Amino acid sequence: MSDSRESTPSPAEIDPKTMATAGSGRSGISRRGFLKGAGLTAAGTALLEGVQGFSAEVAAHAPHGVTELGPGPVPVKLHVNGVEHAMEIEPRTTLAEALRMQLGMTGTKIVCDRGVCSGCAVWLDKMPVNSCMTLAVDAVGRHVTTIEGISSGDTMHPLQAAFVKDDAMQCGFCTPGMVMSCAALLERNPHPSEHDVRHAVSGNLCRCGTYPKIFAATLDAAGTLRNA
Amino acid sequence: MTKQTMDDALMAEVAGASAKKTVQMPVGVPGYTLADETREIPASEPPVWPINKDLKYVGQSIQRYDGMAKAAGRARYTSDVQLPGMLYAKFVNANVPHAKVTSIDTTDAEKYPGVRGVHVIQHVLGNAVLRDPALEPVKYPVVRYAGQPVAAVAAITPAAAEEAAALVKVKYETIPFVVDPIKAREPDAPAVFPGPADEEASAGGGGGPSDVKQTGNIHGPSIHKRGETEQGFKDADVIVEGHYVTQVQTHSALETHGVVADWKPEMLTVYASTQGTAGVREELAGFYKIPLTQVRVITEYMGGGFGAKFGAGNPGVVAAALSKKSGAPVRLMLDREEEHLSVGNRPSSDQLLRIGAKNDGTITAMHLVAYGTAGCGTGAGCSGPAANLYKSASLHAEESDVFINAGPGAAMRAPGHPQGAFALEQTMDDLAVKLNMEPLDLRDKTDEHPVRRVERQIVRESELWKSRNPVAGADRGPVKRGVGFAQSVWYRFVSMGSSAEVRIHKDGSLEVMSGVQDIGSGIKTVMAQILSEQFGVPPSQITVKVGDTNYAEGPQSGGSVTTLSLTPAVRDAAWQASQKFLADIAPALGTTANDLVLVDGEVRSRSGKTQPVSFKRAAAKMTSTQISVQAKRVPDYDPKKYLTYGGVDVAEVEVDTELGRIHVRRVLSVHDCGRPMNPEQTISQINGGIIQGISFTLLENRLLDPVYGLMVNPDLEQYKIIGSREIPDIDVRLVEAYIGQSSTDASGIGEAAGVVSIGAAIGNAVYNATGVRIRRTPMTPDVVLAALHATAQGKELA
Repeated sequence: MSDSRESTPSPAEIDPKTMATAGSGRSGISRRGFLKGAGLTAAGTALLEGVQGFSAEVAAHAPHGVTELGPGPVPVKLHVNGVEHAMEIEPRTTLAEALRMQLGMTGTKIVCDRGVCSGCAVWLDKMPVNSCMTLAVDAVGRHVTTIEGISSGDTMHPLQAAFVKDDAMQCGFCTPGMVMSCAALLERNPHPSEHDVRHAVSGNLCRCGTYPKIFAATLDAAGTLRNA
Repeated sequence: MTKQTMDDALMAEVAGASAKKTVQMPVGVPGYTLADETREIPASEPPVWPINKDLKYVGQSIQRYDGMAKAAGRARYTSDVQLPGMLYAKFVNANVPHAKVTSIDTTDAEKYPGVRGVHVIQHVLGNAVLRDPALEPVKYPVVRYAGQPVAAVAAITPAAAEEAAALVKVKYETIPFVVDPIKAREPDAPAVFPGPADEEASAGGGGGPSDVKQTGNIHGPSIHKRGETEQGFKDADVIVEGHYVTQVQTHSALETHGVVADWKPEMLTVYASTQGTAGVREELAGFYKIPLTQVRVITEYMGGGFGAKFGAGNPGVVAAALSKKSGAPVRLMLDREEEHLSVGNRPSSDQLLRIGAKNDGTITAMHLVAYGTAGCGTGAGCSGPAANLYKSASLHAEESDVFINAGPGAAMRAPGHPQGAFALEQTMDDLAVKLNMEPLDLRDKTDEHPVRRVERQIVRESELWKSRNPVAGADRGPVKRGVGFAQSVWYRFVSMGSSAEVRIHKDGSLEVMSGVQDIGSGIKTVMAQILSEQFGVPPSQITVKVGDTNYAEGPQSGGSVTTLSLTPAVRDAAWQASQKFLADIAPALGTTANDLVLVDGEVRSRSGKTQPVSFKRAAAKMTSTQISVQAKRVPDYDPKKYLTYGGVDVAEVEVDTELGRIHVRRVLSVHDCGRPMNPEQTISQINGGIIQGISFTLLENRLLDPVYGLMVNPDLEQYKIIGSREIPDIDVRLVEAYIGQSSTDASGIGEAAGVVSIGAAIGNAVYNATGVRIRRTPMTPDVVLAALHATAQGKELA
């Protein structure tokens, strides 16, 4: 039962501008390929409210309220941690990639790269989102807060201090995402129960198994903030 | 110095190294068994430390050295490294489970915009290797699992690399494959290898024996024998037996395997996500036949390994090749799918275990036949617990690896032991039922480990154990509560390649350096604590530098060796540096070194000859700018003692007998690790062991499709890992258990930390709740319901 197979379709079968195959010899649609395709067609409709963040040249191409971007790099302005950054990105670039590769803000981690582990959690206008599932162009016109932005200068956010005090970390790779999820909880609920904390990080994965101390640290920080 | 005095000095040093002194050391558990024991130790060793309560920094829960960096997102992991001109590499992976590669056409990929290099793999690492390579005359490595890397592309962006990788055309001549470990044992099963093949162990363990026979896909058995089991079973009053099956688990560290390799003509620098900087360097130097001096490996931070991250592996070797080819640094981090498929997993097990015992609980015979699959690797042995936990008049254990067309296994947290203990400790529970003995009393009868005896006593006195109803399945409602107990074992391995350097600077700053990497267990913090204890200054004033082969050689972090191997070297270096320091400054203070002590940040005179001066001011009196001492691990003080670590765990579960769901509500975890150097960090590791172990027992499962031979859940949503809402209340009781073996008397905890015993504790709790024994993991609702149903029918689910 021996046969001959090609690992990948021939180039003629792929339109690299729309649906690149998933590299690595897999068949079907990769997340990157999907986002890339989406960036060319549908994403524009999601950009209506943010269109003022794009250059005049880009905005001028929105005659019917639909902005068509890419596939080449487009100039955008991202508002991150209170600072506006002008950059050129391909529309398919995720917010996580833009933060890490363009801005060098590597505190935001890419772990699953498909929105199930929250290692890449950042805030869009104080709402925690998975930045690996958010197109950078969709963050235009919003306030992005990253792990680098929640402390003020050299002063740590009380939650970060509590994570250190309670040893709520081991390898530390999930820690930034955990901090972002828990800090967002404290923003919306100053009196959380342990159940609330468990719920807040139910999308965050920690492989070292540090959860009990993350719960404790968040409750500690809530107390600190209430007494502040 | 004249030549004569130099020789004299050398002779004195040699004589000093062999000279001995006799000391008294605390041994045992404070409050239970603590007593002084005599040791003959090298005269150059520092004074014996008292137990933790009499130390100031060591044994205290000092804040994690790099906690702020991690909490603030400043910690730079390998995947965060960005170098000027860095390229991004992407593997081309086989999409068939078993095939010869007949051709690889890279033309289109090389022409793709942004591509700077394409590499075709000639030697694939990780898989078992044929004893006789002539059996397989091929140009490219044979594909033995779907996901095996075949080639790689480096380009200026990750997207370009991914797109170009898709343009590499690989032609396969497929070979029949097998992914089911039961089918693979059949005589006519497709052969994964055309002849005997072996896999070497890594620094973390794993790998299997290479001196065993191989029949088809069955590599083994390797047999451990003690006494005569035939006679042992004849002598037995009762015999219990069970068939246990555990699944394949993947390590799933959050940071995937990978490197950034920067090959310049004079030096290959590699940033690696590794548990062993030294091992990565060795493998790269060996593979490329360059001197060790021309390879530097750096691991500032690493995002989890759990046993899978040793050596350069395919990512390291291929990134180095691409860097050399392109003349630029190359980053090659695996994606999540590759991480599941190609860089290790905990092998499965299929165990038939039989135990014979006298009516009083004395074990007369243990017989274990185990099969397990480590994919196209070896290392599925799981007899450790059966061979080492209990006294048995006889033992016969035979274990075989079964090759299947799947990625090679790797050491994973206490290799073989969660599997082995799952079977052993449930069988012991069966034995206790059959003998009508309390599970703890049965262990008291057969387990000679002095620390576990104390640990069982702590369990016996606990509220949780007292709440256990000894009658199984007594609850009436559909949700039944149960409590179960199980024991753990791990071993004292010392890595003698463990060195550290301590420097005292004239400005009063202190630093300690070692090539060791901090994999999340907190060795940096512990190193700082040791210097604090020695110099009397707080840990915040100590600078710790690790994770770089430019420093003195550090141990590779596998098998719970790091803390116990390295800390004595750190203490010896700190002690010797402090003695040199005092000798150096004594004349300036108008006294002698013997008169001076370092306490609470001050240099004080015992005789009161001089006023106390701060350490900083004293350092200013140094006659040189720096005092530096490098020390190497000295052997354990009493090498004749064969030491194991204990640990016992109690789980409380609720079993929903209608929905089949098991909920672990509470865990009591009583563990020992010699002198706990930093209790909070140790507790963090035990929490982690318990949580990973629950995840293994109830949820995780690598699923392979038998028709296509592909993994169907290579992600983090269908590969189920425990999350925040399933975490039980975990009560960790850390037992100080001094063993008198080194200048720090530290031990390790990573392996023994609950992951070994919690699965069986859950199994025993489920039995206690329902009267039904579940001998299979993961205990998903379908398995639970099937077991309950089978028992109701008077059968048993195997």
